[in-house]
Amino acid sequence: MALDRIRKRPEDHAGANLDDYERCAASFSWTQARSLLDGLPGGGLNIAHEAVDRHVQAGRGGKLALRWIGRDDQIRDFSYADLAAQTSRFANVLAQFGVGKGERVYSLLGRSPELYIAALGTLKNGSVFSPLFSAFGPEPIKARMSIGGAKVLITSEAFYLRKVEPWRKELDSLALVLLTECSGNPPTATVDLAAVMTAASETFETVRTEPEDMALVHFTSGTTGRPKGAVHVHEAVVAHHITGRFALDLHADDIFWCTADPGWITGTSYGIVSPLTNGATMIVDQAEFDAERWYRILQDQKVTVWYTAPTAIRMLMKAGAQIPKRFDLSRLRFISSVGEPLNPEAVVWGVEAFGKPIHDNWWQTETGGIMISNYPAMDVKPGSMGRPLPGITAGIVERRNGEICEIDKPMAMGELALRPGWPSMMRAYLHEEERYRKCFAGGWYLTGDLAMRDADGYYWFVGRSDDVIKSAGHLVGPFEVESALMEHPAVAEVGVIGLPDPAAGEMVKAYVALKEGFEANELLRKELLGHARKRLGPAVAPKDIAFRQNLPKTRSGKIMRRLLKARELGLPEGDISTLESEER
Amino acid sequence: MSSVEIHSVVCEELNNIAPEVDMQSVNPSADLREALDIDSMDFLNFITAIHRRLGVDIPELDYPKLITLDGAITYLQKKLGGGNKG
Repeated sequence: MALDRIRKRPEDHAGANLDDYERCAASFSWTQARSLLDGLPGGGLNIAHEAVDRHVQAGRGGKLALRWIGRDDQIRDFSYADLAAQTSRFANVLAQFGVGKGERVYSLLGRSPELYIAALGTLKNGSVFSPLFSAFGPEPIKARMSIGGAKVLITSEAFYLRKVEPWRKELDSLALVLLTECSGNPPTATVDLAAVMTAASETFETVRTEPEDMALVHFTSGTTGRPKGAVHVHEAVVAHHITGRFALDLHADDIFWCTADPGWITGTSYGIVSPLTNGATMIVDQAEFDAERWYRILQDQKVTVWYTAPTAIRMLMKAGAQIPKRFDLSRLRFISSVGEPLNPEAVVWGVEAFGKPIHDNWWQTETGGIMISNYPAMDVKPGSMGRPLPGITAGIVERRNGEICEIDKPMAMGELALRPGWPSMMRAYLHEEERYRKCFAGGWYLTGDLAMRDADGYYWFVGRSDDVIKSAGHLVGPFEVESALMEHPAVAEVGVIGLPDPAAGEMVKAYVALKEGFEANELLRKELLGHARKRLGPAVAPKDIAFRQNLPKTRSGKIMRRLLKARELGLPEGDISTLESEER
Repeated sequence: MSSVEIHSVVCEELNNIAPEVDMQSVNPSADLREALDIDSMDFLNFITAIHRRLGVDIPELDYPKLITLDGAITYLQKKLGGGNKG
């Protein structure tokens, strides 16, 4: 049953950046959005300059840019001037080690201050930043660093020893490893970051980058093949900035908390860049999810805008709507969510718990920024992702005889598509021209998400059009998981799917058929689980493994994941005419 | 239930989630998420498994109390000792 539309009254959105959706969408131009930024003093455009240095140059250096809260509740504050100095130090470190423009700097860090400094310092140096999620195991890390030809890695000593050192010599391109949290003498062929940072100068002239120069590489997963490195350029900052203003209603006096980890694109576009370009104060919490802690942070830090994810919201719901009432959350003005569709009940729960709805929005690694969103000044239809950002043209399309046709009929299902051309659109998948080209057809960027649009222009998510798994808001490629399990000597074939999970949306489950001579038992099941976890890490590894004697396959030997899933969930099996080898 | 028995149940359930970890080597006061390299979802599954195994209700706000091996054992001992559970 559809829940009632949540109507916005004028007093709910006084002072909102986007005060009238229709009017803002009609008058919007990207040229105008570009004019909200400064550009580099001598020409060119650089994300770090827009995020940090331009505020210092305009006399706003004393403003609090980043408040970092440690696991143990210690607080470290960085003003815009502090951040400018620290990021300059990091850029000097890179320059001093001969790291140049366009070269790839990877991070594998928890949410420590160094991560934020490294991201912006790398961009200042004209190098390309690629953040990895710290819950990745050695194989996802190695694959992503190899694809990007990593020249530099910044990580902690513990992560390095456990996840990188064992295979490091296989990656020739890796010239410099900078370590945080060094216990003493850094391991062979690594550098203690703290020592070189102390010695580096606080002044650095930002390397001139052009709008189309590569700035960021974010990895995402497809159904088949290796992870895809989506390339974003410095011009993306135009979209980071304006979408933060419109979809998150960011103002310079906001205290903004994006709970996403920068290992995923949300944590970079909106956990680093957008709040800073908008001159706001951002909160970073090093700790993992904890319901009471989160409410305490919202209260104590006087958070005004909060950007979080459905998994976290569902866990907060589980804890109950009474708990937030124990805290003073009166400063909280706007709540937003991304990662996967937010169920209508959660949107409405926001009203009960916080006195305001939670605003869902939609975008992808490839789009670089929010594309479809709910806004302070627009009624919310619980369960809908909202309407396209000003400057974004979306559509529902289908393939008919190889042609792409737009579907105009309200609430007809098709693939969600976008007209290319916004600044933060990916420019390539690294070394994967063919896969990149396949994303575009008939003048559209095809998102791979199935959706519907209602008569009022609101979009509704339906599901993925492929086998990619969405767990806790992150895409997991079944092929990457299958490949790791196939490395085990007992495994003959494997199919990996996502099964519904009340908290995470989907959880990864693997179906394994064993080679001759291996017996399916609990001991082996655990061994395979451990094997996968060691290689992939908890963010990618399956949560459950089941044995089969044979997996359902097509004539060409392709495992029919769709069928595994339908059977597991007791859903109709659909077209099984291509099924050649039956599941046993 | 003795603390030794609780310890063995907790270790068994953690082993089901992260079978590659030698539970003997885990520092009893370390954050389990780091010591075992498990994510929030794994941790939720652990809580659910403990609830099922021991019949203990663990309210959401108490989750942080189970974040270390020592913490989990102390918490469960208190719950099992203080309740009607025989």
